[in-house]
Amino acid sequence: MNTLKKTALIGLALSSLASAVAQADQTVLIGLAGPLTGPSARIGKDLENGAQLAIDQANAKHPKINGEAVTFKLVSEDDQSDPRTAVTVAQRLVDEGVVGVVGHWNTGTSIPAARVYHDAGIAQVAPVATGHAYTQQGFDTSFRIMGHDDDGGQVAGDYALKTLKAQRIAVIDDRTAFGQGLADQFVKSIEAGGAKVVSREYVDDKTIDFSAVLTNIRSQNPDLIFFGGVDAQAAPLARRIKQLGIKAPLMGAGGFVSQTFLQLAQNEGEGVIALEPGLAIAQMPGGKAFEQAYKERYKTNIELHAPFAYDGVGVLVAAIEKADSVDPQKYLPVLRAISYEGVTGTIAFDGEGNLKKPSFTVYQVKANQWQPVSVAGGQ
Amino acid sequence: MDGFIQQLLNGLMTGSLYALVALGYTMVYGILRIINFAHGDVLMIGALVGLSVIRLVQAAWPALPPVLVLLCATLVAMAVCAVLAVVIERVAYRRLRHAPRLAPLISGIGVSLLLQTIAMLVWTRNPQMFPQLLSLAPIEVLAGASAHPAITNVTALTTIAIALSVMVALLVLVERTRFGRAMRAVAENPQVASLMGISPNRIIVITFAIGGALAALAGIMMASNYGSAHFYMGFLPGIKAFTAAVLGGIGNLKGAMLGGLLLGLIEALGTGYLGAATNGVFGSNYQDVFAFIVLIAVLVFRPSGLLGERLATRA
Repeated sequence: MNTLKKTALIGLALSSLASAVAQADQTVLIGLAGPLTGPSARIGKDLENGAQLAIDQANAKHPKINGEAVTFKLVSEDDQSDPRTAVTVAQRLVDEGVVGVVGHWNTGTSIPAARVYHDAGIAQVAPVATGHAYTQQGFDTSFRIMGHDDDGGQVAGDYALKTLKAQRIAVIDDRTAFGQGLADQFVKSIEAGGAKVVSREYVDDKTIDFSAVLTNIRSQNPDLIFFGGVDAQAAPLARRIKQLGIKAPLMGAGGFVSQTFLQLAQNEGEGVIALEPGLAIAQMPGGKAFEQAYKERYKTNIELHAPFAYDGVGVLVAAIEKADSVDPQKYLPVLRAISYEGVTGTIAFDGEGNLKKPSFTVYQVKANQWQPVSVAGGQ
Repeated sequence: MDGFIQQLLNGLMTGSLYALVALGYTMVYGILRIINFAHGDVLMIGALVGLSVIRLVQAAWPALPPVLVLLCATLVAMAVCAVLAVVIERVAYRRLRHAPRLAPLISGIGVSLLLQTIAMLVWTRNPQMFPQLLSLAPIEVLAGASAHPAITNVTALTTIAIALSVMVALLVLVERTRFGRAMRAVAENPQVASLMGISPNRIIVITFAIGGALAALAGIMMASNYGSAHFYMGFLPGIKAFTAAVLGGIGNLKGAMLGGLLLGLIEALGTGYLGAATNGVFGSNYQDVFAFIVLIAVLVFRPSGLLGERLATRA
């Protein structure tokens, strides 16, 4: 009761502050949080560019809210991709009076920051955080616009059955929260589809010798091997599969597609299949137009996640305009129920705040390069 | 049956690597009665130094045959690690030789962290590709016997052969030479040994150097087999080899060899047959648990390990 009251009070105070700001100079602040310095700085800058582009395009339409002309403005904060800094900058954004936030970049920073935004009662739209835990904290202010890891297992299972026509599947996981969760979802998905798990094996995230588990798997004659784990282990695993003369291809769903994988696999990763959340720019409904606009504005290529930051701002602005209010208490219910056509696809949220029907891109190693081969999920 | 042979080969390969590393633990323990916890990281440094040497040599003489490149890298890495191990002894252990047992343990862990951090700074935190200089092309064992003949390769066979011959050489060194006699004398009683004209410090330095060189050898063989090397790679073989040394009876050379090979075999066969034997109740997720159950069982009945001598008589 007490906390509820407090939250309501803060929310009220904040919304009155926000509307006061809006009245003073008709400016609506939208926050962006990401790594703008440090080793991931290019990714943060890319997010900021995408978000700024969405702000500019929203302002170009001379938006009116509650009959008053307003200007949207982006406030960027640097979380250095560090969970502790993320909490600090989240608080700073709240103090500056933003009405909603796009960020943070990864799951590790999005989770602690989510509490700050929840306490302030404003929306947080995470563009690319894929850990399911982010939306499992029970905060009705947390949203994400990319498929999460459990979805990855589900969609990968579907793809294994329908496209790869696998019937006898061996599953290995690295016993981390990520790998095991992924493998369990995958198993659930393929068993529901009628395929058989012929071998369920476990390694840990430091294992480098996969010979013993692969010997077991080999004796079961699988037609597909699924690994819930990431590139640094997937590459030696792929090598050992080839060396033991196993014909079944290796498949993963998240954490495979990287240069590290190709380098460590030393040309023996050929044919490995992996899903990654989101679509390649060319496959996004608004991808071409976005890419062009981005290049014109910034004279550089899209680094990685700019379209998702663009859509994060887009969906926030759409909810605010539809609710005709910058008051989070008014626009949040609209955001929860929204169906918004973004450049990355249709954005709608489930009860937890996850993207409904997320799309995944299927990559395969061909000529020692990761090539997108098709799209899974969506619809 | 072919699965059994395959698991034996798998176990023999990992086991011989464990044994090489376990020798380093056991030699140091035999002489100083301390556990050198930085030993696993010496292995890691060996693999990464070897990697850098390979890159340099390949850049300088691209026409050199791969076997020579690998040999060159191995020798340099062994030399570097021998020196490194001696430095570790000088810096982290010598001053603490008469301190309570916990002190060298802590300084060993400190050195281990230091080495990892240095390696992370020098070779970055990303796993590095370790070039394939010996062939990994499959060689079928008992070809044609079944649909899935057991498979091995030149790298694995070389690893096993080198590990076994190094172990035999070490046994000969310790049991048949003057130096070996001096080593055993220092292990038994350093004071009396020094009265007989043996310099315990000299013996200890040489022991550390041999242990470091063996760790480097194991590191390079590991990296060649798995195709990658990174700053954290010493942790797992370090723990496993320590376990192997205890299993065989720490302080005993033959024990370390036996313990290493046994641990490798237990792991491979455990992974291979635990699931089938228990009808899927225990699978490969219990591989490590199984290895440690064996260790505990051995220690219950033979507290000083399989071949360990009782230490109660030591002064």
